[in-house]
Amino acid sequence: MAVTTSTDIVEKVRSTPEERRATAIGIVLVAIAAFVLWVFALGVDSSYVSTFNLSLPGDPDLTWAVSSQVLSFVVAAIIAFIGGWVLRRTHVKWTNLGLAIALTLFALAFLTWAAADKSFSLVGMLRSTVILSVPVTLGALTGLMCERVAIINIAIEGQLLTAAFVGTVAGSAWGIWAGLIGAMLTGAILGLVLAVLSIRYRIDQIIAGVVINIFALGLTSFLARRVLSVTPELNSPGRFSSHKIPLLGDIPVLGSMFFNHNMFVYGTYALVLILHFGFFYTRWGLRSRAVGEHPKAADTVGIDVYWTRYRNVVLGGLIAGFGGAFLTLAQVSRFEENLTAGIGYIGLAAMIFGRWMPFGALGAGLVFGFALTLQQKLGILGTPIPSEFLSMTPYLVTIIVVAGVVGRSRPPAADGQPYIKD
Amino acid sequence: MTDNGDAQTEPLVTEDSPPGDRSSMDRIAGVGSSLRQALLVPALAVLTALIVGAIIIAATDLDTLPLWGTDPGEAFRQTMSGIGKAYKALFVGSVGSPRAISETLFAATPLILAGLAVAVGFQAGLFNIGVNGQMHIGGMVALWVGFSVTLPAIIHIPLAIAAAIMGGAIWGGISGVLKARTGAHEVITTIMLNFVALFMVDYLLKTSVFQAPGRNDPISQKVNASAQFPTLIGDFRLQIGFFFSLAAVAFVWWLMYRSTIGFEFRAVGYNPHGGRYAGMSVAWIYLGVMAVSGGLAGIAGTNQILGLEPYRGISNFAGTVGFDAIALALLGRSHPVGVLFAGILFGALRAGGREMQGAAGVPIDLVLVLQALIIVMIAAPRLVRAIYRIKTPDQELSTTVSTGWGG
Repeated sequence: MAVTTSTDIVEKVRSTPEERRATAIGIVLVAIAAFVLWVFALGVDSSYVSTFNLSLPGDPDLTWAVSSQVLSFVVAAIIAFIGGWVLRRTHVKWTNLGLAIALTLFALAFLTWAAADKSFSLVGMLRSTVILSVPVTLGALTGLMCERVAIINIAIEGQLLTAAFVGTVAGSAWGIWAGLIGAMLTGAILGLVLAVLSIRYRIDQIIAGVVINIFALGLTSFLARRVLSVTPELNSPGRFSSHKIPLLGDIPVLGSMFFNHNMFVYGTYALVLILHFGFFYTRWGLRSRAVGEHPKAADTVGIDVYWTRYRNVVLGGLIAGFGGAFLTLAQVSRFEENLTAGIGYIGLAAMIFGRWMPFGALGAGLVFGFALTLQQKLGILGTPIPSEFLSMTPYLVTIIVVAGVVGRSRPPAADGQPYIKD
Repeated sequence: MTDNGDAQTEPLVTEDSPPGDRSSMDRIAGVGSSLRQALLVPALAVLTALIVGAIIIAATDLDTLPLWGTDPGEAFRQTMSGIGKAYKALFVGSVGSPRAISETLFAATPLILAGLAVAVGFQAGLFNIGVNGQMHIGGMVALWVGFSVTLPAIIHIPLAIAAAIMGGAIWGGISGVLKARTGAHEVITTIMLNFVALFMVDYLLKTSVFQAPGRNDPISQKVNASAQFPTLIGDFRLQIGFFFSLAAVAFVWWLMYRSTIGFEFRAVGYNPHGGRYAGMSVAWIYLGVMAVSGGLAGIAGTNQILGLEPYRGISNFAGTVGFDAIALALLGRSHPVGVLFAGILFGALRAGGREMQGAAGVPIDLVLVLQALIIVMIAAPRLVRAIYRIKTPDQELSTTVSTGWGG
């Protein structure tokens, strides 16, 4: 950080950083409201109706038709109200909640505008959001497992890619469950490599991660070209099928969105719950966090720092392997070169966006999943916005987040520093 | 910034101690051994990588694998001949003929430039993973200058390069400013900006300004002949860009070791708190380092547009160069001359790898595996020493250049 100047101190006396941030966010929200009013409400013909399809093919029909213009007017009004409320700074703590509600409404207005005079499957889109969020969330959870014990894991991308490859080959040879196990073990082995390189050999953790990514990309591409191209029977593992959860799956909209999926999706929810409970309510979690925040203090009270780090990084690898298996055993059922195409990095971003918290990772995963879905679906609707700009969104959001604009996210204090036992 | 502790790359360590005292005597001895180590460790790293590569080739040789059960002798003979054929192609394709040497230097050109970009960052304690994005932005700017104006080549090429340096420097500078102003870690911001640049290129290539007439896919107009880098010898692909990379090596050497600003870069890299205490503006130095790094990457991007067929902008034209550059900077120990030789080695792997793929049917992706193995062993000299049981005084070379995500 830059040196604190005298003007900073004067500023601090006048208002806290949170209050100043609230002012900034309030101004942004008012601007967003004006934008919604100008572009989404006044920019469409008043006779246009946006039709949202709320059921999947095969389920009872359910649609919601709304005047494109009226909805945008309403949304603009609500966002302006929230903006004004944030600007009054009476409840600074709730700024982020206001921001989240406003941005969700903005997304709704945006979809209404994109679907003006057309019909659009909202449930299909939300369902796809959930599906695309799975590898991102799992990547984020992997990163979280490692960074909570102060090991930076840039290798998530490589772990996902290699696990996806092994999942395909083992799944084709011995069935999808064998593929799943193979993928998870692969993730764990790469986690072990990262742990050994950064704990035992004290290589810079980012370099170790980059190396693993290059190695993973090189090896899987090499094997795909040299082996899979001549043995296509090793590249068709089949897929895990979807199972509707009784009762919950029958709820309109939410049922199709969350409770009618393959076991990877349910597994992700379960993992988020388990990790949240584990990190904040068990001895294991307390010890892990102690190692991540202040390893020396943890060592002093008798926690084995190295062992804790090894264990968490390898467990994180199992999660990454689970995510890699999702890519080739559920989403598609074949491996292609560089299949992950940056998902691991988005996962890393989601971890930071979610502030190193399991539920944060899930939320961030859904946000990024939504952005990824948008770029697929908006092409179908033919909006004037180039899909490349939508593709950029997750990355831009991440930069904004790490720059501290949407609140400061604080990593574990010892993150990235090797621990040298005296 | 969190505490940077002993974070440093080593060129600094050997330099600034007063001569004459006992520690400098140790240091002289240390220099001797580290010079030997500087050559021994990379050599053993390359050798080990090649051995592992051979094992990978053997293990994936589907034609001979079944033979091991029935006729191990024949299987062994065939496997060895397969490995021999692949590595012979690797050798012949990289240094076996004048054309091969031209191909090696041709492939080395962008690698050297991009490697210098990463090395400048390392020396100042910054990890620029964003070379890929800076190459894309710089290359697009050079492309635009390349096709939109017609000038004599002697003006056109320098103009395009200057514009690309600006483009790359601005793109890199964003991360520098973010780090200086908000503490956002440059690793995260540069990775994210890589993706942003990638999509930006895809978008721009489809706009009417850039897109080739009559095309729907992302491909640009052709660069005017006056902006294309002239080739050097006959129909070989080696072009003038190689001399630009040599010039960049000289420039970076001068900048880092002979100029005040370079001294400040290294001082801040060695210890930001010390630099600040000595009156340096750490914020400006972060910006400066990222701008210099991005500018060098911009030249590398220019080379990918103006220096090779089809002289057009295409999707992801920077390829993996920006990531190979990280390996290269480590192998070259962040020293410009080291980067030069590491770049030529990696260029040889690329050129030879293409021959290996063509003549021996071994996919070029093996080169990535070799590179990864080389970096691991360079970054962890203890690993090489453990494998070859080399006994050296345990003078650890820390490769830590980064700490945390930074607040």
